[in-house]
Amino acid sequence: MAGARTPAISHTPFAIGSPLIFMEHIISVLVENKFGVLSRVAGLFSGRGFNIESLSVAPSLDPSMSMMTIVTRGDDRIIEQIVKQLNKLIDVIKVVDLNENEFVERETALIKVHTKPEDRAEALRIADIFRANVVDSTPTTYTIEVAGDTKKMEAIINLLQPLGIKELVRTGRVAIAREPIRPATAQPKRIAKE
Amino acid sequence: MKLTGAEIFVECLKREGVKTLFALPGGVVLKIFDILHQQKDIDVILTRHEQGAGHMAEGYAKATGKPGVALVTSGPGMSNIVTALVDASMDSVPLVCFSGQVSTSLIGNDAFQEADNMGLSRPCTKYNFLVKDVNDLAVTIKEAFYVATTGRPGPVLVDIPKDVSMNKTDFKYPGSVSIRGYNPTYDGNKWQIKQAAEAIAKARKPILYVGGGVVFSGASEELIELAEMMNIPVDMTLMALGAFPGEHPLSMGMMGMHGTYWANMAVHYSDLVIAVGARFDDRVTGKVSEFCPHAKVIHIDIDPTSIRKNVNVDIPIVGDCKRVLRELNQILRATVNGEQKELRKPWLDQIHEWQRAHPLTYEQDSNGPIKPQHVIKRLYELTKDRDPIVSTDVGQHQMWAAQYFKLTKPRRWLTSGGLGTMGFGFPAAMGAQAAFPGRLVLCVAGDGSVQMNTQELATAVVNKLPVKVVIINNRYHGMVRQWQDLFYEGRYASSYLDVVPDFVKLAEAYGAVGLRAAKVSEIDDVIQEALAVDRPVFVDVPVDQYENCYPMIPAGGCNHEMILADPPELKKKQVVGTPVVGEDKDTVLTA
Repeated sequence: MAGARTPAISHTPFAIGSPLIFMEHIISVLVENKFGVLSRVAGLFSGRGFNIESLSVAPSLDPSMSMMTIVTRGDDRIIEQIVKQLNKLIDVIKVVDLNENEFVERETALIKVHTKPEDRAEALRIADIFRANVVDSTPTTYTIEVAGDTKKMEAIINLLQPLGIKELVRTGRVAIAREPIRPATAQPKRIAKE
Repeated sequence: MKLTGAEIFVECLKREGVKTLFALPGGVVLKIFDILHQQKDIDVILTRHEQGAGHMAEGYAKATGKPGVALVTSGPGMSNIVTALVDASMDSVPLVCFSGQVSTSLIGNDAFQEADNMGLSRPCTKYNFLVKDVNDLAVTIKEAFYVATTGRPGPVLVDIPKDVSMNKTDFKYPGSVSIRGYNPTYDGNKWQIKQAAEAIAKARKPILYVGGGVVFSGASEELIELAEMMNIPVDMTLMALGAFPGEHPLSMGMMGMHGTYWANMAVHYSDLVIAVGARFDDRVTGKVSEFCPHAKVIHIDIDPTSIRKNVNVDIPIVGDCKRVLRELNQILRATVNGEQKELRKPWLDQIHEWQRAHPLTYEQDSNGPIKPQHVIKRLYELTKDRDPIVSTDVGQHQMWAAQYFKLTKPRRWLTSGGLGTMGFGFPAAMGAQAAFPGRLVLCVAGDGSVQMNTQELATAVVNKLPVKVVIINNRYHGMVRQWQDLFYEGRYASSYLDVVPDFVKLAEAYGAVGLRAAKVSEIDDVIQEALAVDRPVFVDVPVDQYENCYPMIPAGGCNHEMILADPPELKKKQVVGTPVVGEDKDTVLTA
């Protein structure tokens, strides 16, 4: 006997300012590369009160398809709904919740540092430590390109901040599974035996 | 030979077997209407409002199981039909809606009668298409019908710019289409089905909780077999009425907020809930955390997102209801013995006891005001031999119709469930009548609801759609007033309608027939008179204004804690708090 039934989604207000205790998930979504698809995916999230932390899209190996990497948060049931709802979209070809297996993630940032003459050497040293590249330079700025995981991004930003970050752009995260994997299926997992 | 987009459009509809098109023209779709005008295979029903066209297409689809098709113009034409698209989306109605669009060169320029049709329809359709090139038109239409009618059915919009309908190309209609991102699951997981069969065989207090999915997949036969073989009582949702014969001894009638006492008690105290083609809507579950607290749950649904959306499920089965039930029955048939019936006797006895304790009741004084339940009950009794199709609007009358109409077959019940769209009933009835000219089509409406689409009287008269509309007229938005009685201390904020048109004269003004039953003794005669006429009829029945619909589970309440009658303090309030405004007008209307 099942005992008292718990609602599938226990805390409803997970839309804006969703509690950070929810686990972060990175979901890879292979979609048709045509107009309107991004709005369908974004609309799914906004319409159901799910949260997108970051999203990146670009064509995949097959130019008729694009790969989206969506970073979101939720408890198991919210993530299950997100995966199912994404699968339900007709323009979505494959959905993979990367958290189910091991994966690697990367993000790229371009950081424009406004430097005083006495700080310019320090800026280069920091870039060097993080194996970042200086991709542009003007008499008063350096533009530094850095790639890595979220922690590395935060670390270099923290160090460069005192020197004066003028502008910062981040790509949002992309991630890939370490092993070839199967998509998250529409058919639910087997239930545990009693 | 090259055909214009408009010719291709008409040709594609013919190939899809479309017989009836509900439509209203406008500038950008004139080319299409011009071609439609020159052919005889597709019957074009001109509606008086695009919302009417949408609901007619829904009624057509619900009654036939085939896709309903509508054609509207750009801008306001499109925005007017949005309500019907949302409604169809909530109730899984296969609809293919075509909208006109300004020429491709003007899209995005805020041109005259331009609207972002794709943006408007995206959240309320299963899928939508913008055809930018006439060469894509035929395959897009094929895909639209394919998506609307397969898997979990739903509305699909095809947006056709003016130049696409004018341009010419070679016509090739694809025999079939496939979409790589769209592969509905029809066959249930065998292992899960076996688990379900074992759970069903073991259960002492099982209940079938069936929804609209049973109707859409045509699984009634399989459902009846399962219920009879295993002696399982059947609770129906509003959407499922007719999926299981209403007068069958195992039918518990409707469950949920205004469901029967025994249907709700049964689901609350059961030890196994077998949900088939239902989605655990809040109007059914009440307080989710207290829904069937003692039960294991089996959930069969074609839409994986319905499963575990609202409640936890022990045995989920994604698949088409008909196929899954057939397979389930096969396993059970091999193992069934007399034991199950014996095992469940105490459970059925308990349910019958609940049935005896709190049947559906009302008190009709033969000289007093007409009780709305009485009208609906008489309508049911006088028409049941003719196997009518019944549509309803939304509100108290809808719930009473759901309680008192015991439908024996699926696709006889047209109602707006998920969205609760007032104004749905009358055009939906007309859509069903257009599909079945010879059948009796009834519409139970409220005075508030019916006024949301009375303009379609003209459509009914012109197209000879002899629907019989019975208006339960209490001159209130009755369900709103009921909530105000129960939860807002009887303050009737904007629920009293004050001026209600004379529905008899209104019908006559359009060239339809208007009748009125003002006394209890007149009800039968007036209904018979309406049935005898081969024209659209409005029957106005002024009823007790303060009758409330029970049982009722207050929103967010538990299923076993129903309000069964007006609470005593409420009755007192009615006497004191009855609004006097407009009271004298009763005489004007009922005289």
